[in-house]
Amino acid sequence: MRAEGAKRREALDVPPKRTTPPKVRYKGVAPYGFLSPYLILAAVFFVVPFVNAILLAFYETNGPKSRVFVGLDNFRFLLQDQTFHAALRNTTVYALVSVFIQLPLAMGLAVMLNKGNARLRGFFRLVFFSPNLVGQILVGILFSVLFTPRYGLIGRACQAVLSWGYEARWLGDPKLIMISIVIASLWLWVGFNMVYFLAALQTVDKSLEEAARIDGANAWQVFWHVTLPSMRHVVVFVVIMSVIGSYQLFEMPLALLSESWGYGTDNSGVMLITYLNFNAFRSGDLGLGSAVGWVVALIIFTISLIQIRLGRVAEAD
Amino acid sequence: MSAFHVLLLLFAAVFVVLCVKSRNTATRYARVTLLCLAAAAVLAPFTWLVAAVFKDHAYLNEFLFFPPPDRWSTETMNLGNFRELFKGRASLRGTVYFWEFALNSTVFATVTTTLQIVFSSMAGYALAKYEFRGKTALTLFMLGSMMIPSVLLLAPLYKMIVTLGLVDSLPGLIIPIMVSTYGIFLFRQSCLSIPNEMIDAARLDGCSEAAIYFRIVMPLVRPMAAAFCLVAFLANWNAFFMPNVFLHTDDKLTLPVVLNLYLGEFRRHQGVFLAGTALTMIPPAVLFFALQKEFISGLTSGAVKG
Repeated sequence: MRAEGAKRREALDVPPKRTTPPKVRYKGVAPYGFLSPYLILAAVFFVVPFVNAILLAFYETNGPKSRVFVGLDNFRFLLQDQTFHAALRNTTVYALVSVFIQLPLAMGLAVMLNKGNARLRGFFRLVFFSPNLVGQILVGILFSVLFTPRYGLIGRACQAVLSWGYEARWLGDPKLIMISIVIASLWLWVGFNMVYFLAALQTVDKSLEEAARIDGANAWQVFWHVTLPSMRHVVVFVVIMSVIGSYQLFEMPLALLSESWGYGTDNSGVMLITYLNFNAFRSGDLGLGSAVGWVVALIIFTISLIQIRLGRVAEAD
Repeated sequence: MSAFHVLLLLFAAVFVVLCVKSRNTATRYARVTLLCLAAAAVLAPFTWLVAAVFKDHAYLNEFLFFPPPDRWSTETMNLGNFRELFKGRASLRGTVYFWEFALNSTVFATVTTTLQIVFSSMAGYALAKYEFRGKTALTLFMLGSMMIPSVLLLAPLYKMIVTLGLVDSLPGLIIPIMVSTYGIFLFRQSCLSIPNEMIDAARLDGCSEAAIYFRIVMPLVRPMAAAFCLVAFLANWNAFFMPNVFLHTDDKLTLPVVLNLYLGEFRRHQGVFLAGTALTMIPPAVLFFALQKEFISGLTSGAVKG
C-alpha cells in the first residue's frame, strides 16, 4: 500500500507528504540548571536585600553594625525635613524638564536626521550619541571645569550668544545651579533619546505620510497626526524611561557640585539620590537611606504602572 | 554684536535668498545648518578637553581651545599633565600609580561583562525554549524586580557585603551584579527566533542539553551577545555609585571613583584629572567605533520592533 502510494505521488509529480519531526517534549531539569545562576544570585542579592530594605527603613542605624528600632520615625523625619523637600522638588523639576525640553529636542534632531541621506545620518548619529560613551560621573567632572566663571567654555559661549554669562557663577549661584545641571544633562542625553526616536522613525510607514501629504496636510500636521501616532509605543517607552532615569539622577550633580557632596548652595542642586547617598553612606544612617529609597521606589513604581496602562491604551488604538 | 551674531545673520540671509529661489533647497539648507550647529555644540566640550590636557598648567585659561599656531611650543603645550597623573601618589598602602586603577577598572569591567553575558544568555535561553513549572511566576518576578530601583537595595546590600567580609574587594563588587535581568530579557527575545526544529533535531541526534546551548544556541545569538556586551561593558566601565560605596582602600579603586576624588585633590591643577578623564574615555570610544551598528541595535532592541 505504502509503496503504491509513493509510486502514485511520483507519477503525479506531487512532492512527498511532509512529516513534522516528532516533537520531543523535554521533561528534565535542564531549564533549572540554566536558570540556577540567576536563581541563586537573585535569592541572595535581590530577595534578601529587598526584605532587609523593608525592615531597615524602620531602624535608625549608625554604620552597618549598630541599629535601633524607631518605627516610622524615619518617614516622619523626611516629612518635615527641608532638605528632603528641596530634593523632591529639584528632582521633579528636573524630570519635567527632561520630558518637556530634552525629549522634544531629541525628537527634532531625529526628524531632521531622518530626512537626510544615510551616510550623513550615520555621521550625525555618531556625533550626537558620543557623549554617552563618557558616563555620568565623567560628564560631571568635565562640566565642572567647563562651568568655571570667566574662563569656562560655557560662560564664554553664552556670552557670545546672549551677551550674558561671562561672569556668571554657574555652580555657585543658587538660581543657576539647576540650569547648569540641565545644560549638562542635555549634552549627555539628547543624543541618547534621539537614537531611539530615529530607530522608530525608520519603521514608520512612508505611504501613510505620503497619503496625508497628498490630502493637503502640511509638514507639521503630517508629523503630529500621522508620524507621531505610528511611533507611540517608542514615545511612551522613552518618556517613561527618562522620567525613571530622572528620579535616579545622582552622579552628574555629585561631580558638578563636588564641594558640597552634590547639594549645591542652599541645597539648590540636591537630588533624591544625592540625599540618600549622603545620609546613608556619609552619615552612616542606612535606615534613613532605606526610607528615602522607598520613596524613590514608590515614585518609580507609580510611573511604571502608568506606563503599563498607557501601553495598553496604545495597544488598543 | 559678537562674531556669533554676525554668523547667524549671514546664515539667515542665505536662507532668505534660497527661499526666493526654491523652497526645497532652503529647507534642506536650514536643516543641514541646524544639524551642523548642534554637532558643533556636542563636539565643543570634547575639543576643549583634548586641548586642555595638552596645554601647560599655566596656560589652561589663557587660550579657550588650542593656542594660536605661533604660540605653539613646549612651554604652552606639553605632557606635564600626564606626567603628573602617572606619578605615584602616597597613600596608606604605599605609593599607588594610575595604571593600577586602570587595571582595576579593566578587570572589573571585563570580568563582570563576561559573566553577565554567560549567565544572562543561559537564563534567557531557558525562558525562551523550555516549558517548566513556575515559568510564568518567574517571568513576572523578573519583570517586577526590574521595577525596583537599585539604589533601594544598595544600603542593605552594603550591609550584607560587610557581613560576608567581601567589602573593599573586587569580588564583592562583581558577585552581586553577575547576572543582568535586562540581559536575560534581551537574550530571551533573540532565542525565541531560533527554530524549534533545530533544537529538536539536535536532541534526536543525542546532543545533551548543555551541548545544545553551547554548540547551537550560543553561535546563533552571537549578534545579540555582541550588542549586549557593548552596552554592559560601557555601563560597568563607567559604573560609579556601587564602586564608590563598596571600595575604600586607595589601591582598589576603579577609574571613575579615583577621578571623582581627584576633582577635590587637584582643584588648583585641573589638567591632571582632565587628562585622566580623557584617558578613561578611550576604551569605550574604541569599542563603540568598532561596533557601532551592534551597539545601536542592542540599545533599541528592547523598544523598537523590526
